[in-house]
Parts: sequence; structure tokens; C-alpha cells
Amino acid sequence: MGTLMGRMLLGEIAVKTEELTRVFRLRKREAREGRREILALDRVNLEVCWGELFGLLGPNGAGKTTLIKILATLLAPTSGRAWVAGADVVENPAEVRRHINMVCGGETSGYGLLTVEENLWMFAQFYGIPSREARRRIRELLSLVGMADRASTKVYHLSSGMRQKMNIVRGFLTDPKILFLDEPTLGLDVQTARTIRDFVRQWLLDHPDRTILLTTHYMHEADELCQRVAIIDRGRILACAPPAELKKALQRDVVFRLYVEGIADAKNLLDGMKGVRALAQHMEEGRLSVDLILSEEEALVSVLSRLHAAGARLAELKKEEPTLEDVFLSLVGRKLSEESP
Amino acid sequence: MTNPGWKTFLRTVLGRAYPRFIGVWREKSWLFFDVFLPLLQVSAYVYIYRAIGAPLEFSGFAVLGGAMIAYWMNVLWSMASQLYWEKETGNLQLYLIAPTSRMAILLGMALGGLTATTVRAAGVILVGTLLFRVPLQVADGALFFGVFLLTLISLYGLGMLLSSVFLLWGREAWHLSQLFMEPVYLFSGFYFPVRALGFWVAAVASLIPITLGLDAMRQLLYPQLMEKFRFLSVEVELGILAFLAVLFLFLSREGLRFFEDLARREGRLTLRGQ
Repeated sequence: MGTLMGRMLLGEIAVKTEELTRVFRLRKREAREGRREILALDRVNLEVCWGELFGLLGPNGAGKTTLIKILATLLAPTSGRAWVAGADVVENPAEVRRHINMVCGGETSGYGLLTVEENLWMFAQFYGIPSREARRRIRELLSLVGMADRASTKVYHLSSGMRQKMNIVRGFLTDPKILFLDEPTLGLDVQTARTIRDFVRQWLLDHPDRTILLTTHYMHEADELCQRVAIIDRGRILACAPPAELKKALQRDVVFRLYVEGIADAKNLLDGMKGVRALAQHMEEGRLSVDLILSEEEALVSVLSRLHAAGARLAELKKEEPTLEDVFLSLVGRKLSEESP
Repeated sequence: MTNPGWKTFLRTVLGRAYPRFIGVWREKSWLFFDVFLPLLQVSAYVYIYRAIGAPLEFSGFAVLGGAMIAYWMNVLWSMASQLYWEKETGNLQLYLIAPTSRMAILLGMALGGLTATTVRAAGVILVGTLLFRVPLQVADGALFFGVFLLTLISLYGLGMLLSSVFLLWGREAWHLSQLFMEPVYLFSGFYFPVRALGFWVAAVASLIPITLGLDAMRQLLYPQLMEKFRFLSVEVELGILAFLAVLFLFLSREGLRFFEDLARREGRLTLRGQ
């Protein structure tokens, strides 16, 4: 953190937000439970340094995409300010656009009738890249993501994984100083997601002065890729630190996973018990899986007693190392896989 | 926005026009949908004119109108509502974050659409004249070409203006396009001289540049016959078309700026969840 602080003091901030807030006003027919407004971002303060791969981790509806859209000049904030590459996103969006690119998960951009190479060439033209240079970069990047043999394939013949690799190439093709990756591996198979993660990691190693802001709700992705992670829920940043530090904060707590049979709900039984900091549960192969964060190991005895008294049979008990998922559970009170209510 | 440079401007125009250029060669279905189907409608008018013993030039009115319909369709469906489709597919946000001029994107759409539609319109003219043996002789080719070009510039200027207006709306844009389609066939006089509708109707319909363009082109093709049917003189129509071209291009630029800004504030540049 010392280095990070030093760079911040030197003004080497790639992205900065100050009390950034966005409220969406709903039409009458869209009103939810009588509410005509949704607070998508709530006074967000962030600083991302040059050369950093910064993660925004949060469930669906947490405000990650809203934040990216504001930083990418696609959405105006309701209040607060944001700067990208030193330029204010509201007052000087054109300057911001000179430095950025963006790739979203599940993107269906481009034209199916065009080949992969033609699509990428088209987008390169919007950045003023000469054709010869664009084609050189396209060939180079396609080969890095294992698509060299697909350059002449029409886009409507690509699988969703191939299409997303093409989108990734599109994002990096313009050599952006700051790249926004919004759930880039959403819905992809394991192998494709891994290829994309490897590519992103390698690109940043090769271009250490560039910055990537990645949003994801896959905690292992944030853990694996990001130098720092901000945990966001209901529009608010709850924590921001390197993944190791976030997990370290939990190490004074104890994390257990219990599998119990005979009951369908442990949350009501255990919520509020002394020593129980957070818990989440879900059914798994007919058993109730309970993730428990305890402030002291001794609390486990009372937990097991109460479960036993309620007729539950303990099938399995594991003590686990804290993960970012546990960090999220501890901060929010529910698991990352559960959507924002 | 700061000037992205004329090279980037030109590259953007060509880049965005490219899918439309290439579409003509890759999707041959247009031969059926954009040449054969319009010819059915043209045929109906040709046979009506023949049945009532109208001069052969009247069939020429219908064939020329049938060809110009291709441009109107293109302006409605591939210009006006295009940004709505682009929003649906996720292209719009990529256009908007690119450090290029939005006008260059619109011009690219227009240039590509115009080129591809000219191939279609030429198909209608070619098959129509061969099939119905209508006379198409232009006394002043340069003037005819000038009217045609000015008609297209102002028409695609209108398309660019509508495109920026429709940026704000979603599905409503699609409905509005549908609403504009058939009435314009009638009020712009695609199959008959527009003067038949009366001066004031023709005057209002002249806001759609094809109305005046068609009238002027018919006058240049059939000067004698059109003496009785012309709406305004070619010179006046040419002047109005030039004015409309400048007006629509100016309004489209201002409109794009205004509606993009409004849509950004209201969160309507992208779809939710996109």
C-alpha cells in the first residue's frame, strides 16, 4: 500500500470518483413497490492508479455497470464527479474517450454479415487506426486468443465464446490507456473464461502503464486477477483493498461449512446467536449447506447444539480458509451469488 | 467534442459504410425483396394507367416512383430507426465511446445505405423499363443528376435528423417508422404527379424531399407532359431542395448533440443490463 499511496500522492491516478451518485427515475408503470426512484450509486469514492488491475466485485444489480457507464461517458451522474485519465467525464467526455475502451459480457456487437477481421477493422476505423496497422494488430491479437484461423469467419457463425474473444480483441485493439471490462467472462465456459483471463493478465504485464477496471460477480476471477478489489452492494462501496488484505481481515474469524440434513432452514435458527457473525445457506444435493463465519471457534459448540435440538443431523463439517465470498458474506450478510434484493 | 481529425472522420465514414457496401454482395435476397416486390406495386399502377389509356409516360411516373421508394424505405428503416437497432445490439455504446464524430457515423450509415440502395433502385429502373418499355430520355443529364443528388442529400439529411430524434426512443421509433411509411407513398406522389393532391397538400408533403425531387425529375424526363402536371418549376424545386439539404444536415447535427445529451442524462443511451 505504501507504493500505492505514493503514486496517488504523485497524481498518478487513472480513475477517480468523488461522492458519485446516480438515481434512476422510473416511469409510473415501472415503479417498484411504490418507489419511483432507484439509487444505483450512492456517494461512491474510488481511486484507481495507473498500471492497476482494479476489480469491482458485487452481485447483479449492485451498481457495477452503472459505475462503468458513467466512467465510459455513456451515463451522466446525478451528483458527484468522476475523472478518467485526468479528464472530467461530464465536462470533457471527448478527452476521456481518447483514452478508453470497453468490453461487456454477453456483448452482441458488430455485424453478423461481416467476418471477424472486417468487424474488428470497422471498429478500428472509429479510432483512426490506419488499415494496415489495424490488420496487423488484428492478426496479432486474434492469434493470442487462439482465433487466428477464424479471421475470415462470418460473425454469425461464431459460438458465444468465440464472439466474446472477438469482443476482447476489439477492446484491446485500440491500445487503450484505460480499459473497462464489464463482466467479460459472463456465461462463458471454463476454458474460454480462462483464455480471456490469461490474456488480460499477460496484456497488463506487457503494458504495465495501462489500467484495467474489471467488474465481476465471480469472486475467484477478482481474486485471481485484481491487485485491489472494491466490494460494492446496493450502490455503495463497502470495502476496498487487495484481496489478500480483505481476506486477512477475516482471519481473526473462523469460517466453517456445514452440511446438515433434516431441516430446511438454519438461518432463522442461528441468526443473532452469540459468536455468529454471518451465515448463508442453500440446498445442495438434498442437504442444507450452511456457510458460517464465527467470531470465535467456541461458538461452534452452541451452533451445533441448537441445530441438534431442532432435529438437524450433521452430515459434514469443514473448516475453511476465508475467500472473497466470505468477505462479501461478512460485509453484506448474504452470499455474492444471491442477487441484490 | 474536440476535433478528432479529418482522417479519423473519413475512416469512420468508410468504416461505418462498409457493412452496407458489403451487404449488397453478401445477401442477395435483396434482389427479391427490394426489386421484385416493389415491381409488383409498380405493375399495378402501370396496368391501371394502361387500362384507362393514359400516355406511356405515366408508366414512367410509376417506375421512377417505384425506384425512389427504395430510398424512402432505406431512410426510414436503415437510417431513422437504425440507432434504435444499434442500441439493441450493443453497437451504439461502442460508437459513442469511440473518439470520433457522431456525424461521421451517421454519414457512414447514410453513404453506405445510399450506395446499396442505388443498386436496388437501378434494378427497379432497369427491370421496370425493360418490362414495360417505358421511355426514359433525359434532355439535360447534368441537371437531372443534380436534382437526383440534391434529393438524396436532403433525404438522407432528413434520415440523419430522424435518427438523432429516435435515439431517445426505443420501440416507439419502430412504430413511428411504420407510421411514416404508407402515408408518404401517397402524399409524396410516388406513383402519380403530386399536384393531383392540390397545392397545399403538396406543399406540406414537400417537407419530405422526395416529393420535390420526384416532381423535378419527372419534369426533366417528360417536359411536355409535365407542363400540365408540374407542382413548381424545376429551378424553384432545386432551390428548396438545396435549402432542405442544408437545414436537415444542420438540424441533424444539433439534434444529435441535444438528444445524445438528454439520453445520457436520462440513462437511455444503453439498455438496462447492457
